[in-house]
Amino acid sequence: MTKIDIIQDVYENLGFSKKDSAKIVESVFDIMKDKLAEGDKIKISGFGNFSVKEKKSRRGRNPQTGEEIAITARKVLTFKSSQVLRRALNG
Amino acid sequence: MNKSELIEALSQKEELTEKLAMDVVNLVFNGFSEELAKSGRIEIRGFGSFVVREYDAYTGRNPKTGKSIKVSPKKLPFFKVGKELKERVDGRR
Repeated sequence: MTKIDIIQDVYENLGFSKKDSAKIVESVFDIMKDKLAEGDKIKISGFGNFSVKEKKSRRGRNPQTGEEIAITARKVLTFKSSQVLRRALNG
Repeated sequence: MNKSELIEALSQKEELTEKLAMDVVNLVFNGFSEELAKSGRIEIRGFGSFVVREYDAYTGRNPKTGKSIKVSPKKLPFFKVGKELKERVDGRR
């Protein structure tokens, strides 16, 4: 499934034009991306939570050469699936 | 931000009624859940992708009591953030 399939779904079910459906679906993801970029959490009940975690710097290794490298502190986006979703997958 | 705040933001941004904005958001996430149960693959450009991984049964341990327990085969969803969003979240673009 890609964005096109979601746009098609919105178009077929909600009575928007194709063009509007595309714009609206794009907006859903834009809103979420903007929030996450600000460091905000997004909680979608029944699906899961997206949150930004701060990772401390640490020493890593280049697995190919074995060379030690410093991994800088960074912020990463994580997803925790909701129990409802996990149950639906295993139902 | 929770789902109703997402709905409200969408309704304002696209000048939709709250009802329509809610229908759109529900369609997106219900569609995600159904697709993950069906094919186990979703890819949203610029956002990220979801995959479902399947695990075989194994014998685990309750870390508190040390008792062994049988874990049945299971499927779990994973999210991989897209490159663009990954860079934005890290603020080093």
